Amino acid sequence: MSIVEFRKVTKRFGQVTILDQVDLSIEPGEKVVLIGPSGSGKSTLLRCINALEEINGGDLVVDGISVKSSGRMVRMIRQEAGMVFQQFNLFPQMTALENVAFGPRRVRHEPRQEARKQALEMLAKVGLADRAHHYPSELSGGQQQRVAIARALAVKPKLMLFDEPTSALDPELRHEVLRVMQALAEEGMTMIVVTHEMAFARKVGTRLIFMEGGKIAVDGEPRELLANPQNPRLKEFLQHVA
Amino acid sequence: MDFDWSVIWQALPELLKGARLTVLIALAGLAGGLVIGAAAGLARAYGNAVLNAIAFIYVELIRGTPIIVQVMFIYFALPILANVRINPLAAAIMAIIINAGAYIAEIVRGSFLSVHRGLREAGLALGLPFWKVLFYIIGPLAFRRMIPALGNQFIVSLKDTSLFIVIGVGELTRQGQEIMAANFRAVEIWSAVAMFYLIMTGALTLILRLTEKRMRIL
Ligand SMILES: Nc1ncnc2c1ncn2[C@@H]1O[C@H](COP(=O)(O)OP(=O)(O)OP(=O)(O)O)[C@@H](O)[C@H]1O
Ligand SMILES: [Mg+2]
Repeated sequence: MSIVEFRKVTKRFGQVTILDQVDLSIEPGEKVVLIGPSGSGKSTLLRCINALEEINGGDLVVDGISVKSSGRMVRMIRQEAGMVFQQFNLFPQMTALENVAFGPRRVRHEPRQEARKQALEMLAKVGLADRAHHYPSELSGGQQQRVAIARALAVKPKLMLFDEPTSALDPELRHEVLRVMQALAEEGMTMIVVTHEMAFARKVGTRLIFMEGGKIAVDGEPRELLANPQNPRLKEFLQHVA
Repeated sequence: MDFDWSVIWQALPELLKGARLTVLIALAGLAGGLVIGAAAGLARAYGNAVLNAIAFIYVELIRGTPIIVQVMFIYFALPILANVRINPLAAAIMAIIINAGAYIAEIVRGSFLSVHRGLREAGLALGLPFWKVLFYIIGPLAFRRMIPALGNQFIVSLKDTSLFIVIGVGELTRQGQEIMAANFRAVEIWSAVAMFYLIMTGALTLILRLTEKRMRIL
């Protein structure tokens, strides 16, 4: 069974149609890289999956639950689909450890000690065990984003959504985040990643989707598409990002 | 003229009694005002259309009328309308509650809405219900941002208690007025009354400074 299934999903902001009857199935274990020009609807598509945006037409089923179900069921979806934001969005009043322990403690209702233990493991996994007691303002952008990844992972999701996780970072900090994401992919995590990092798409992606004007214009194998893009607009787009 | 310290010395017990009542009215009023203000502010920020409208009307009604009219209304008009007896102290506390509540509502609304939207999304994305996002994430951040404005409102409300002289509550200003009417020592008595207010507001300022220092604004 697909873990994410878009069935003729339409999303509008006011009069403007942002997602236009999108059909898309994603299987467990896939690493989907989502690219496309600015405003083409990549973030919106991602945010519909964990119901941060409400869809206006069609249906969207995540891990067997429709995003149109009750609030409690929507929260189940969100626990299964972790999200990493471009701007990190760490809780500034909490240390790295408290940020990561927050999900286990308040969402999974683990006892305090257990939540702490899990958080430390997650921080170690993203290479930040030694920064556990730093506040977000005391961390570099790359470190903050790795904490944000650990925070999402600590809820034990089946699926991870990344919205341009490296776009806010200086080039020399990007690779540390991409390395963590690659390690996660190698563990078998299902991932949907909006990014302009074509090297990552080639190396880690199992599927490349090119969006344009609220529709999926191209959907295929990343290495093939990147080496030999048939769609003229994808070709042009790749020339711009490369 | 000579400044006669013994006048102040003699008036001290009565003034202290008044000051105690002033503190009581301010504390009880502000505690209630915080509850009402938090509720109305959150209704304004996140409530549905109905809650939002109710809170909006409340805030505008209170901000648009002088507090002295409000307390007169509570003390003289409400008993007629609702057929209840209200003692002056209760009327005074109620006036501070509804008056401070309206201003605090605006402070609460502003500070909650000033917290970056991304944090709310990050909390929701973890699978938390919205009220928990408010309680654990937005609330603590908003609270830090409220402290300066809240401190200001506390000081204003504390001084507003002096207006309750009009309904005969024996608070500090009223006590001063009564002593002065008996001994005609205006300079000494009003200096002493002013000092009492300064000590109270000074203590408030100090507490707020310390709280602010302990909690970095983020
Ligand atoms: N909350 C909103 N209200 C109104 N319009 C919105 C809102 N969010 C997004 N849009 C519009 O929807 C369109 C698609 O936005 P989206 O963020 O999905 O694009 P994107 O492909 O992620 O672009 P980018 O590469 O710039 O991040 C844009 O035209 C944007 O202006
Ligand atoms: Mg985007």
